[in-house]
Amino acid sequence: MILAAVIGGVAGVLSGTFGVGGGILFVPALALVLSLSQVKAEATSLLAIVPVALVGALRQYRYGNVHVREGLIVGALSAAGVAGGVLLANVVPDRALKLMFAGVMVLVALQFLRRFVHSRTRTDVEGEHGGSEPKLQ
Amino acid sequence: MARGLDSGRAAKLALTGTAAGLFSGLFGVGGGTVLVPLLVLWLGYGQRRAAGTSLSAIIVIAAMATIMQGAYGNVEVVKALVVGVPAIGGVLVGTWVQQRVNTETLGVLFALVLIGAAVELILT
Repeated sequence: MILAAVIGGVAGVLSGTFGVGGGILFVPALALVLSLSQVKAEATSLLAIVPVALVGALRQYRYGNVHVREGLIVGALSAAGVAGGVLLANVVPDRALKLMFAGVMVLVALQFLRRFVHSRTRTDVEGEHGGSEPKLQ
Repeated sequence: MARGLDSGRAAKLALTGTAAGLFSGLFGVGGGTVLVPLLVLWLGYGQRRAAGTSLSAIIVIAAMATIMQGAYGNVEVVKALVVGVPAIGGVLVGTWVQQRVNTETLGVLFALVLIGAAVELILT
């Protein structure tokens, strides 16, 4: 119970720092520590994410880091994906999907690292608000 | 680009939402591991702005996914509180920290988080 709460706290830090929901830690905490089945752990993780994302988004909004309109568009247009995901989770072998996504994640991670190396070799890095980043509406 | 929403950008946002939703529904996560990379690498966001906007989208995504999973009776409210309440404290710390770390470092750390998530997917 305490371990699960500690993992939850760490998930929150990850969430605030990187803009993820925290589910990547909630799910194992719920499944392995609080001994929920994989499906129940995933479902319960989703509920835990809602208030965390809400508080995180409000804080980020105050820092001027939320593009409200695009965030809501992305959120609203995810409905079909969510429905498809819940459906797929019940028909496609879990293992295959996980391995596929793991592969994609590693490729994306390499992309981020490559960007870092590139930015190190440029001189015009001025951080957050340069480049083509859209302005807050 | 800042003002209007041309159809190309709208399509990208729609695809981003769909991909994040798919991931969320499949694995019980918020979709941030999909949202942040797409916002940064495809839609031209900076690391901080991507994180904030990702969280705002996640509220909607996770709420919808919770309702769908709730219909199956899979949601355990008390256990959600056990991990969720400390996480609310954590998210305050995380957003605070994020404002004090430069974006390059954030990008590298995020890459490590993605690799960690990949390892988790492979192991579980």
